[in-house]
Amino acid sequence: MNSSIDSQNTYWLRNKRLVIGCLIVWFFISLGCSVIFADYLNQFVYRGIPFGFWIAQQGSIITFVLIIFFYAWRMQKLDKAFKNRKQYGS
Amino acid sequence: MALKTLTYLVVGFTFVVYIAIAIWSKAKSTGEFYVAGKGVHPIANGMATAADWMSAASFISMAGIIAFAGYDGSRFLMGWTGGFVLLALLLAPYLRKYGKFTVPEFIGDRYYSKTARIVAVICLLFISFTYIAGQMRGVGIVFSRFLEVPIGTGLIVGMGIVFIYAVLGGMKGITYTQIAQYCVLIFAFTVPAIFIAFQLTGNFIPQVAFASKVIGTDLYLIEKLNQVIVDLGFPNYTESQRSTLDMFCITAALMIGTAGLPHVIVRFFTVPNVSDARYSAGWALFFIGILYLTAPAIGSMARLNLTNTVQIGVVGDAEGNLFYEERPEWFRTWESTGLLTFEDKNNDGRVQYYDDSNPDFEEQANAFGWQGNELVIDRDIMVLANPEIANLPAWVIALIAAGGVAAALSTAAGLLLVISSSISHDLLKGVIAPSITESQELFAGRISAAVAIGIAGLLGYYPPAFVAQVVAFAFGLAAASLFPVLMLGIFTKTINKEGAIAGMLTGLIFTYGYIEFFKGLFLQWAGTPFAADTPDNWIFGISPEGIGIVGMILNITVAVIVSKLTNPPPEEVQNLVEEIRHPQ
Repeated sequence: MNSSIDSQNTYWLRNKRLVIGCLIVWFFISLGCSVIFADYLNQFVYRGIPFGFWIAQQGSIITFVLIIFFYAWRMQKLDKAFKNRKQYGS
Repeated sequence: MALKTLTYLVVGFTFVVYIAIAIWSKAKSTGEFYVAGKGVHPIANGMATAADWMSAASFISMAGIIAFAGYDGSRFLMGWTGGFVLLALLLAPYLRKYGKFTVPEFIGDRYYSKTARIVAVICLLFISFTYIAGQMRGVGIVFSRFLEVPIGTGLIVGMGIVFIYAVLGGMKGITYTQIAQYCVLIFAFTVPAIFIAFQLTGNFIPQVAFASKVIGTDLYLIEKLNQVIVDLGFPNYTESQRSTLDMFCITAALMIGTAGLPHVIVRFFTVPNVSDARYSAGWALFFIGILYLTAPAIGSMARLNLTNTVQIGVVGDAEGNLFYEERPEWFRTWESTGLLTFEDKNNDGRVQYYDDSNPDFEEQANAFGWQGNELVIDRDIMVLANPEIANLPAWVIALIAAGGVAAALSTAAGLLLVISSSISHDLLKGVIAPSITESQELFAGRISAAVAIGIAGLLGYYPPAFVAQVVAFAFGLAAASLFPVLMLGIFTKTINKEGAIAGMLTGLIFTYGYIEFFKGLFLQWAGTPFAADTPDNWIFGISPEGIGIVGMILNITVAVIVSKLTNPPPEEVQNLVEEIRHPQ
């Protein structure tokens, strides 16, 4: 019984850590690079496009998609790990 | 074949497809009606969510907003996509695990209170009706522009189609229709973009054309655009014209609001399991991203094309401006719709298009003999007239009409479903008459969907002032009322019913009050707004569009404080929270 509660807590703890990590990246790219630091990043220009402007119009959206798939993939692994542990009763 | 006949054929064909799907996927139980029997493949649900999410505003207006606002238009690009990260990480998997039918139902169970459920229904109805009125308006406008029928007729046809598949098929019918609608709208949106990208830069992929050299020049697209428009006194395309704080608040409010919109959340109730809900959010954003990554490319290319059409030579040169009599065909077409208007202020027979609100440019313009900007352009033209500006074949123009209708109808159907289920499931079955049978509830769901369509049609025909404020209202209120209680309900066990109700009401009343104060919507009938909608009057310079973020912070603060002062939630609620946190 104790080990089950323990493993449930570990699962939730790891999930929360992953969520916080992903949200930091999400915040940094969308509201950080594209809004707060946009003016600063705009001094770097590649192929006619200032970098802050590019992140705001293209880079942020690409990052969002990658974050969700990364989270879904890591959680699937975590789900499997805890499912196996439960079955073998450890 | 005449363009009009072709448009009728293409739009008519898509309608036949939607109705065929409706008949094939008739809902037989409440489970199928509310959540499509929870058997939708995550990729299919991703596609349906993308159509559900992308409204008439995304399809018709967004690229135009970006074309004229440049960098500042990014708030919509990020705001309407970034919320899916919050959905995937903070809400969708847990609400799927909870496994019932509606958003207010979760709030009612988690906060063990019918009052909380009713407050949530009120928030939901307010948000959804604001949103749906805009969609019906969009259907009417597309019909009147492309098929040359009165707005009212267009509305009735649109209502009829939605009625058939939403009332018959429920969520199941809506899901499969939305998949078809996604295909129509994404095809219609990207085909003209590909042609224009090729004509302008020699590169087929719009996102690559965005960073390519313009044919016949040595300049990259964005460089060239900046040069051309700055010469005419317009602000720099790639720099912000708003305060950073306001830009921050609007983007954040749109993202959080997106995550709190009930018609998006319920789409994740339809997949088979928790893991599918997470992946499905990724697929949804992937499909949305195809349009959202194309829109900025269309925006910049269309702005450059338009400016070049009018400013044919050197700025200030007597021969530099388009001779009005020699205007291109599409110019005439769109003049007749009133979306493009020309007034020859200096009587030289030529079109001057420049920024006459820029004081630094005034002296130069006077020296040229210009007496004010002569061309007024509706931003919607950037998408609607795109195929004509690029001289594309008639079938592409017909496709734009079908795409616009698909975008509006798919969103309207999703909204109708959450409206009808909140009435039949949350109010009727949940509060008023818990003893009704499943078939009675299903019937009630169909009736409320039908009534909701009627109301939506009326709101579209006689748009009240608040319809124009969808961005401020729907997103601001979703961010300030529903999102915080959903998130707190999952991630804390300590927030109790008193806290949640007080929090929701605080967020709702504060945000509504702030918007009302500057926009004067409902009370406008009695007079004017209380204060002018200008940055000097706003609190900390935050516009009504961005105030939802402050409402959300107030909501959370009040919920935490009130919960600390009152009794903690009962044992079984804490068990429920524990249960939804774990997939097995």
